[in-house]
Amino acid sequence: MKILVPTKRVPDPDQRVRATADGSGLEDKDLYYVPNPFDLIAVEEALAIREREIEDSEIVTVGVGVTDYEKELRATLAMGADRALLVETAANLDPWNVALALEKVVEREQPDLVLMGKQAIDDDSNQVGQFLAARLGWPQATFIASFALVEGGAAIQRETDTGMESLKIALPAVVTADLRLNEPRYASMPQIMKAQRRPIDRVALEDLGVTVAPRCEIVALEVPSANRTCAFLDSADELLDALRNEEVC
Amino acid sequence: MKVLVHFEHDGGAIKRGSLSALRFARDVAEQTGGAVTGLVLGSDAGDAASDAARYVPVLVADDTALKPAIAGPHARVIADAVTSGGFDVVVGAATSAGKDVLGRVGGLLGGFMASDVVGHEVADGELLFRRPMFAGSAIATVRLCGGPQVVTVRDASYEPSDAAAEPGAITPLAVDTGSLPRDVEVTGTPPSQGGRPDVTEAQVVVSGGRAWKSSEDFETHVGALADLFGGAAGSSRALVDAGITPNELQVGQTGKIVAPQLYLALGISGAVQHLAGMRNSKVIVAINEDRDAPIFQVSNYGIVGDVYEVVPLLIEKLKAADA
Repeated sequence: MKILVPTKRVPDPDQRVRATADGSGLEDKDLYYVPNPFDLIAVEEALAIREREIEDSEIVTVGVGVTDYEKELRATLAMGADRALLVETAANLDPWNVALALEKVVEREQPDLVLMGKQAIDDDSNQVGQFLAARLGWPQATFIASFALVEGGAAIQRETDTGMESLKIALPAVVTADLRLNEPRYASMPQIMKAQRRPIDRVALEDLGVTVAPRCEIVALEVPSANRTCAFLDSADELLDALRNEEVC
Repeated sequence: MKVLVHFEHDGGAIKRGSLSALRFARDVAEQTGGAVTGLVLGSDAGDAASDAARYVPVLVADDTALKPAIAGPHARVIADAVTSGGFDVVVGAATSAGKDVLGRVGGLLGGFMASDVVGHEVADGELLFRRPMFAGSAIATVRLCGGPQVVTVRDASYEPSDAAAEPGAITPLAVDTGSLPRDVEVTGTPPSQGGRPDVTEAQVVVSGGRAWKSSEDFETHVGALADLFGGAAGSSRALVDAGITPNELQVGQTGKIVAPQLYLALGISGAVQHLAGMRNSKVIVAINEDRDAPIFQVSNYGIVGDVYEVVPLLIEKLKAADA
């Protein structure tokens, strides 16, 4: 079984983001990047499928972006991926164009399963998985919480607003990982060192035959303060009085 | 602009989130000089179509192949309806179902999509969307470079639309069943929920965090208080991860986004992830032992104390007031 795991590099969610002075975008100076957390869950699940279900599975991770991406792709190699592919482009692609690039990678690699994070935690679009499935004409299962290979496909549980839904899905398919699918492993120091010496396949976006056509442009970005002034109260009575004054109680 | 609204329903009534999507649709139609049409998909969908027609004229795709709702076939029907009807925009709620199916519709219609929209404006005849990024830390204004456009809106940001004075017409939409994918089978659906409303639908949300030690304690304190307010019970991610509360109660970036009139955070420290899901609530109250907890920075009122002591007092006072 061949599993393709698309990944994205995103600003570390634990750091504070700022808008540029002109409000045109994100201040990227001094930003520290990490692999998108949901994508690491997808990598972990691919590794788990290899360990749990089909031993000779091949796991290929792919990133679409700038050369600096190597660090994040090596993190997936250190976790245990077999190969990493970097689709090189200097352009900051929107979800549609990422999906087009991934579609071409799928055509080249012919995986049985595309397993990816449900969304990237920078733009929070939650689109690429669904776009890719639609482009390929493959079935999709978004927000998955469990995955098991069964006769004729995969048995999946997915998170919905009202609880867990169970699906049986034919393969090949695109599935997107939600938070509770697993807990990604940490790579050991020797694995991290070894991954430093592994080659990363590279292909230019243009050589894949993708012509970038923007679909969504950021016109302005602001980082509003959510802070309020908290009135500290001493008792339940005071709180109920305050809520009655606010007419919410 | 011609706007199509994707109506989610439970077999009978239209869901509240879809009425927020309708609000967006009506605003856009009004601002650009256009019209709104609803779209209902299902099997034996007559009741849902009638409910939808209370608001707008509706197209109904009624076919056994469309139940239960699966993204593949539903997206095909929605995308075809957009194309054949010449719609400029298709909009739905940013629910788990909406993100699943409309994302795929976006893929079928060329990728002009804005997700989780919390506001919009029309400038020079063009729609600009406001949407959160970085777990709500930033708000981006985006434009889509063509169409048809696919939009999901957050129900917390758009007041549900009211019924129209006169019901709209119901028009059947032919479904080419043979062309629909049959590669996904639903083998189990979530059990129907108990008496409490969903966190996204309630005017009052009472949420519990790490301070609660067990499901029983959560229920007798957070749950009981939610019931006294006639509201919903919510949870931080920590409690879900600890197995104390079920997934669907989780409020936050990876859970549900809420903006009720009143949000009570009981024993929640206020991780960025959680704040992203509730910081737009009208009045926020926090009760926490740690005066420096970040939750207080986004709260209107706070009590520094042990939730196991303060919450029973609150319950007692509310019961006394009700009596």
